[in-house]
Amino acid sequence: MGGTSPAKKEAIPELQKVKEVPVHRVSAEDMAKKQREISVSEFFAKNRHLLGFDSPRKALLTAVKEAVDNSLDACEEARILPEIEVRIEVAGGLKALETPKAEAKTEPGKPADPPKGPSVAQAERFIVTVTDNGPGIVPEQIGRIFAKLLYGSKFHRLRMSRGQQGIGISAAGLYGQLTTGKPVRVTSRFNEKKPARYVEITIDTAKNEPRVLANREATDWTAAHTGTRVAIELEGRYQKGRTSVDEFLEQTSVANPHAKIIYVNPEGQNTVFERMVAELPAAPREIKPHPYGIELGVLMKMLQDTKSHWVGGFLSSDFSRVSPATAVEICKKAGIDPKMLVRKIHGDTAEKLYKAIQHTPLMNPPTDCLSPIGEKAILAGLYKQIKGDFYTAVSRKPAVYRGNPFAIEVGLAFGTGQAGMVESVMAQEDAVPLAEGEEDEREGEVQMARVMRFANRVPLLYQPGACAITKSVIETSWRNYGLSQSRGALPTGPLVIFVHMASVWVPFTSESKEAVADYDEIRKEIRLAMNEAGRRLSAFVRKRERAALELKRRDVFEAYIEEVADACKRLKKGKLDSEDLKKRLSKIAKDITGGDKTDEILKKKGQEEEPAGESTIIITPEGAQGAVPQAPGAEAAHQAAPTAAEVAKEDQGAAQAAENKRSKAEKKEKGHGKGKR
Amino acid sequence: MAKESVEDRLIGLADVVVEAAKKKKDPEFQIPVRALSNVAFNEKRRIIEMKNATTGRSFFNLGMAKKFMQTMLVADALAELQRADCTTSLREIYYRTKHTLKESSENTFDDQSESDPVIEDLEVTLEALREELHVSAEGRGSIVGNITLVDNGDPIDCTRAGKAGHTVPSIVEDPGFTIKKCNADFVLLIEKSTQFNRLSEDKFWKKHNCILLTGNGQPPRGVRRLCRRIHDEWKKPVHVLVDNDPWGYYIYSVVKQGSINLAFESQRMAIPDAKFIGLSSFDPEKHKMPRNLGIKLKDNDITRAKELLAYPWFQKKEWQKEIKHMLASGLKYELDALANKDFRYLTTDYLPKKLKDKDFLD
Repeated sequence: MGGTSPAKKEAIPELQKVKEVPVHRVSAEDMAKKQREISVSEFFAKNRHLLGFDSPRKALLTAVKEAVDNSLDACEEARILPEIEVRIEVAGGLKALETPKAEAKTEPGKPADPPKGPSVAQAERFIVTVTDNGPGIVPEQIGRIFAKLLYGSKFHRLRMSRGQQGIGISAAGLYGQLTTGKPVRVTSRFNEKKPARYVEITIDTAKNEPRVLANREATDWTAAHTGTRVAIELEGRYQKGRTSVDEFLEQTSVANPHAKIIYVNPEGQNTVFERMVAELPAAPREIKPHPYGIELGVLMKMLQDTKSHWVGGFLSSDFSRVSPATAVEICKKAGIDPKMLVRKIHGDTAEKLYKAIQHTPLMNPPTDCLSPIGEKAILAGLYKQIKGDFYTAVSRKPAVYRGNPFAIEVGLAFGTGQAGMVESVMAQEDAVPLAEGEEDEREGEVQMARVMRFANRVPLLYQPGACAITKSVIETSWRNYGLSQSRGALPTGPLVIFVHMASVWVPFTSESKEAVADYDEIRKEIRLAMNEAGRRLSAFVRKRERAALELKRRDVFEAYIEEVADACKRLKKGKLDSEDLKKRLSKIAKDITGGDKTDEILKKKGQEEEPAGESTIIITPEGAQGAVPQAPGAEAAHQAAPTAAEVAKEDQGAAQAAENKRSKAEKKEKGHGKGKR
Repeated sequence: MAKESVEDRLIGLADVVVEAAKKKKDPEFQIPVRALSNVAFNEKRRIIEMKNATTGRSFFNLGMAKKFMQTMLVADALAELQRADCTTSLREIYYRTKHTLKESSENTFDDQSESDPVIEDLEVTLEALREELHVSAEGRGSIVGNITLVDNGDPIDCTRAGKAGHTVPSIVEDPGFTIKKCNADFVLLIEKSTQFNRLSEDKFWKKHNCILLTGNGQPPRGVRRLCRRIHDEWKKPVHVLVDNDPWGYYIYSVVKQGSINLAFESQRMAIPDAKFIGLSSFDPEKHKMPRNLGIKLKDNDITRAKELLAYPWFQKKEWQKEIKHMLASGLKYELDALANKDFRYLTTDYLPKKLKDKDFLD
């Protein structure tokens, strides 16, 4: 209520009215009638933004992202080299978009413009279809995996994977169902000897349970191998550029050079992101939680769930890095008998135990549970996708935040990819004289570095400002590495900064997994990795600059000698052999800048200085030097397209290798099938 | 010993280059330093004089190469002026010497701020006056009063020059320009045109038999040189009327002792006997101007005032008192503020009182 007098006048009668109304008290029983469980599905149906479905454009991206993440996780767990096809179509086909207006405009004799371009941009409904060559899913599980929120294989394990909670793909299905009423369509084959199944499911939001609408033998699974195809129809918007599906898949391919990704966009354009590394990343191991990483509530839950009888046994068998001896030490500190029965521990005792754990020195958790991308693979990914003159990659050794192991990897791609060509290109351009106040645009172009963020190989496209990765990039002093950088901003220059965080549990700032939360340990690791990569970059940048400066020095003198000699000739009323003067001055210029020797030294030094270490690639006019990826497909991406035979051969080889592994793995994997997050 | 002609001095620069090339040496000129560090106040002559520190400008030094090239281009253009016997402006020299370097988009000069200092460098290096180099500054400044000039053969009677007065050309040297007659008693050099126009409109010069002269801010060479000639040739005292701020004080000091930048010209420009008539930092009290007519001194005003306090030519007791008083009050006053009392206050009260009391600073 405002403090003005009219408001006060009105307020008084209202108050009186309230007093007159007989007070009806709502009893606890009444309230109980209204109190009921809220299903997670209902909750997310109303809070779709929490899962990344806040706008149509973002929804399309999130659906693709969840499906692709699932496919990659499943393939890797089953030790299959992933080959994934992502197809986005306008629902009802492009013809559905043709408007009568457009037809009317078509004049006879002129062919109608195909309804591409603008039509796709106007489309509001899409079908996202993602097909993989993974292990497939046993039919009984399909419903729960795709139409039950918080169901999956990953939440209960501490294991590095893209998904974590088991929400993603079912949320995408739920979003599709909410916006179009269409079910999720899944085709999956888990056994090569059996035909694939086709299942249509919706989610019962009140119960958070799948409802199967169709379940029959699939007729359109033509591939001989196992795999899964999921199709979701949803409301969305397709637009290229930043934070688009295109960017997501491009970055996914950079961080997953072992995967082949085929992408068909709504316009029907086909893009193939080739495989650059023919080996799967090491399988991450599952670990037990480290005591430092848990909270009191979690400890109490674990006390309830454990199979151990005694506290000592519980501590040493349910946690990593707690030996029986350490368990005894912890118990002593807590004033508990190690032989005390676990079920007798409650409240205060549990808290004492918790505090004792935090004050006992423990080894860091094992780090072999992580499967970093690796410097070689990062280089391969960057080299394939980003044009540059210099590439480097740094993989840090694993570190720990709050008991969770994690590893940071940084890659840099620098330059325009025109090394050696620059000069000739410049010379060809017409030198346009500049007017007063004009600046040379070639020099004036300021370009911010591009940061690619990844968590467990998944690109993070939204909320760069809230992310610990971006903050670490900004707080790194790039000036020390020969780049320019304004205060509190990204460095400028033709630079791509790749940062990957691998962890059994990536601390996201929200459920939609867009930004990495700020932990000192994480920031520190990123900074250290960036410093190392930056040092390598600076060696490269400085060397290029030195060479350019020396060249410029020569050029400057040469150009000015012309002017000076001509001016002298005019001053002397033409009575001067200016050509002779030019020659003499040029000779002096050469002597002063070190003469022919400098040329030689510069060149020689240049070659010696370019060791292009194990994790660096440098592009020179003579070609690429250093750790140039040797995997098939590398040539394909950078130079000519490979012949069809070559590609087929490679794919066959890879498929066969995977085949062998798979048949062994299959027996174990049955029943688990596809993971969920 | 008679000096070489300006043209020969310019050609001498080309010879430096040719000789150095023959000896396989880096061509280099010695250019006198134009900075406070290289001037001295001559107590006896009461003018600022240039000392003889020089700085080398060599060709084969990446930091100086372009300047060196520009110096040769300007020298060439100046020689061309000598040969064609015409006079031009700084700006035209800039355009004359501007072109792109062969096979590039780099300009010899990007803007005039690059060519102007090169011309000043040559003035001091060759010990040639600007008019000897046939370069004129903008004609900026007016004169009115009991004086008759002859410019380019035309007699100019400055009692019949109207309210705006006669424009002072940038070159006022013999034989093209002479002062034929001067019956005034003194010269009043005014900083701003507002006050010049007021006094001219009020025919102040008639009543007080003087010459009014303005340079619109820091007076250009033409105005300073003309003032000096009137003072020398007709023995007329010069009074300077400026705003009460550090820039006003400096304008007065340039008229009186010469400037730091062009100290080599002091001996023919400076008027050591010139007197400061106002506005003094004590005037607001004498003329009962309230505090709200003042303007708060800005940081750069204070810095500048402190610099002035340190200059050797501001060491007189009265001047230290004058500047310190301004600093103590924290305020500066414009001449225009006198209009607060009356539009004609300057004409009818302020100046007559000053002249009567001989309330000048030296």
